[in-house]
Amino acid sequence: MAELKLRDVEKTYPGNVNVLRDINLDIEQGELVVFVGPSGCGKSTLLRMIAGLESISGGTMEIDGMLVNDIPPSLRGIAMVFQSYALYPHMTVRENMSFALKIAKKSKSEIDAAVENAARILQLEPLLDRLPKALSGGQRQRVAIGRSIVRDPKVYLFDEPLSNLDAALRVATRLEIAQLKEQMPNSTMIYVTHDQVEAMTLASRIVVLANKSIAQVGTPLELYETPENEFVAQFIGSPAMNLLSGTVTETGERTVVKLNGGGTAVSSVATTEADKGLSVNVGVRPEDLVKVEDNPLFTGDVTITEALGEVTILYFNDSSEKLISKLPGIHKSLRGQTVHLGAAPEKVHLFADGKSLLYRN
Amino acid sequence: MQSIAAKRSALSWVVNFSVIAIVLVWLFPTTGLFVSSFRTADQITSSGWWSSLTTQEKQNAPIRIGGEETEADGLFVIEGRLFEAEDVLVRAWGTSSRRPNEFAPGDTTELTKDRTLTVQEDGSYRFTAAVSQEGERLPRVFTSASTPPEFTTDNYETMLFDEGSSDSMGKAFMNTFIVTIPATVIPILFAAFAAYALAWMQFPGRAILIAAVVALLVVPLQLALIPLLKFHNQIGIGKGYLGIWFAHTGFGLPLAIYLLRNYMVSLPKDIIENARVDGATDFQIFTRIILPLSFPALASFAIFQFLWVWNDLLVARVFLIDSSGQTTVMTNHIVELLGTRGGNWEILATAAFVSIVVPLCVFFFMQKYLVRGLLAGSVK
Repeated sequence: MAELKLRDVEKTYPGNVNVLRDINLDIEQGELVVFVGPSGCGKSTLLRMIAGLESISGGTMEIDGMLVNDIPPSLRGIAMVFQSYALYPHMTVRENMSFALKIAKKSKSEIDAAVENAARILQLEPLLDRLPKALSGGQRQRVAIGRSIVRDPKVYLFDEPLSNLDAALRVATRLEIAQLKEQMPNSTMIYVTHDQVEAMTLASRIVVLANKSIAQVGTPLELYETPENEFVAQFIGSPAMNLLSGTVTETGERTVVKLNGGGTAVSSVATTEADKGLSVNVGVRPEDLVKVEDNPLFTGDVTITEALGEVTILYFNDSSEKLISKLPGIHKSLRGQTVHLGAAPEKVHLFADGKSLLYRN
Repeated sequence: MQSIAAKRSALSWVVNFSVIAIVLVWLFPTTGLFVSSFRTADQITSSGWWSSLTTQEKQNAPIRIGGEETEADGLFVIEGRLFEAEDVLVRAWGTSSRRPNEFAPGDTTELTKDRTLTVQEDGSYRFTAAVSQEGERLPRVFTSASTPPEFTTDNYETMLFDEGSSDSMGKAFMNTFIVTIPATVIPILFAAFAAYALAWMQFPGRAILIAAVVALLVVPLQLALIPLLKFHNQIGIGKGYLGIWFAHTGFGLPLAIYLLRNYMVSLPKDIIENARVDGATDFQIFTRIILPLSFPALASFAIFQFLWVWNDLLVARVFLIDSSGQTTVMTNHIVELLGTRGGNWEILATAAFVSIVVPLCVFFFMQKYLVRGLLAGSVK
C-alpha cells in the first residue's frame, strides 16, 4: 500500500497564480524519493504541501491511507528537516530533540529513550547539552535530522538539507544521510534538492518537476538512460545532452535521421513507415560521442577544450549547431582541429515535439 | 584600502568623542544631584558640590555665645563650644563684623566693661565678666573655620521616612510604584499576545489591524485625555489607580504592539513552521518559542514604558491625582516642592535623585536582556 498518494494535486496562490498542477504520485514505504527541478519549479512548495505548511488547492493527498488534505502538520505523521535547520536557539540539543515529544505529552522515560536512540544513530551523544550556537554547521544539520528521527514519523521530509553546507561537508553529510537510510530501511523519505548529484546518489526514485508539473518519475538510471522528454534529457546529466535537429529518412527497427547539420544519426529506437519525413531532435549525451572515421553524426571544429584529467570536454561553438562532447583521457591538442563524432545506435535518443519517441504508443 | 582605514579611524574618533561627551553631559548633573542630596542646607549655600570632598575654609555666620553663668574668683564665667561638630577647627576669629578675623585661636581679647573672651582652636570659648551678665546681650563671635567633608542622610530621612513632615515623599514614592509597575506589565502582556497574532497568525483583517496600530501611534495623547476621563467617569472608574493603569496601558499599547510585532515578524519563519510541524499550538509556540526569543524587544519596551510612566505628570494629574492628597505621585510631589520649598536645594536635590534612581536601577537590571546574538545557531 502506498505510504503517500497524491491525486491530481494542484496549488494556486491567491490572484490565480498556478504553481503546481496534475501532480499524481505514489510513494511506497521504504522509498527515498528525491524531487529535483530547476529553481522555482515548485518542488519546495510540493514538499511544504505534503508537510501541511501550504494548503492544497485541488486534488487529494493520502498518507498511509488517510486523507490528509485538511489535517494539520503535526497529525500527518511527518517530520521535516528545514533547509536552514530551524533549531530552537534558546534550547539545548536535548531540548530541541525532545520538544515535539514534550508537546505530545509523552512520558519522561519515553522521551529520554527516543532522544538517546536518535543521538546514538547520529553520534550526537557528546553534544546533547550544548546550545545550537556552539555547534558546527554539520552538527546543526544532524540535530535537525535527529529532531525528526525522535518523532518516528511515517514520512521524513528533507528540504534541501545540504545546501547550507560547504562542499566537503556536503559530500560527508550526503553519505551520512545514505547511511541513515540504510539503518532505517522501513522509513519513507522525501528529499528536495536542486543538486542532481544528490538526487542521483541518494534516490531510489527521482521525481523531476518542471513547468508546474511532473516531467518524469523513475529510478536515477531510468531517467539517465531513457528520458521521457527533452527537459529530463537535458536536466539529468552534466554537461547536458546535445540536441540536434533533423528529419527521419529510414524507419523500422533502426531509424536513420538526416541531420540539418549534415551528419547522419542511426538510432535503435523503432519507428513506423508513417514517421518518414518527421522532424525530430536527436539527443546524444556528450559522454556517448566517440571519434569515428566514417558516417559521422557530427563534424566540426573544436573551439574550446577543457581537460579535467580523466575526461576532456570539447566545445563545438562555431558549427551551425552547437555541441559538447566528453572524451575519456586528455586531448588538449584537438583544439582548433576538425573532429568527426559518432555514437552507438542504442545511445541515440529521438524526440518529436519534445517527447521521446521511445515512449510513444 | 588606506583611505578606508583613515575614514574608519576618523569616524571612530567622532564616535568615541560623542560617547564621552554624552556620558559627561549625563553624568555631571547626576553626580551633582547625588552629592548635593547628602549635604546640609548650609553646605549647599556656602559651597558647590564639587568641593564637598575637601576640607573647607569658610567664614561662618556670627554665633552669639550663651550658656550657664558660673562665679569663680570674683569673675562671672561662661564656657561653651561654638560648634556642635567635633572636628571643626577655628583658623581666626573676631568680635566685630568689620574685622572678623582679628584674633588667632587661643588669643584673649579685652571687651568693653571689663569683659574678656578667649576662643580656642577647637571652638571652645571662655567668657569672663566682672559683673553678672544676667539679662545682658552677650557678644557675637565671627569665626573663620575649616570644616572637614561631612555628609548626612538626614535629607533622605526627611524625604522618605519622616511621616510627619509635609515634605515627605514616602507616600508619593510608593504611589508611583503602584502606578508604574502595573502600567508597565499590563501593556507588555497584552501587546505580546497581539504582536504574535499580528505577526504569525493568519486571519482576515490582519493588515487593517496593523495599519490601525500604526495610525494610533501618531494620535497625540492630549487629544484623548478629556474624552477618556469622561468615559472613565461614566463607567464609574473615576479617578484612581484603575483609571491610570488603563490610561497608561492604552497610550502605551500602539507602540508596544508595533515594536514587538516588528521584532517577532523578523524571527525566522522556519523555526515557527518547525514548531508547528512538531505539533505545537499557537499558544505553545508563543510561550515556548516566541517569548524567550523576544526578550530583547520585551526588555527595551519595558524600559521605555517604565521611564515614560515613572516620569509622567500629565496623565497622573488627569486620571489619578485628586484633592485628597492621598494619591499624589513623585513628579507631582516635586512640582509642589518647587513651589513651597523652591530655595531648599537639599530637599529638591534629594527629591530629584530619588526620582531618577529607580529608573536607573531598572535600566541596569533590564540591560542584560538587551543582548545581541540571541538567534545565533538557529538558522544559517
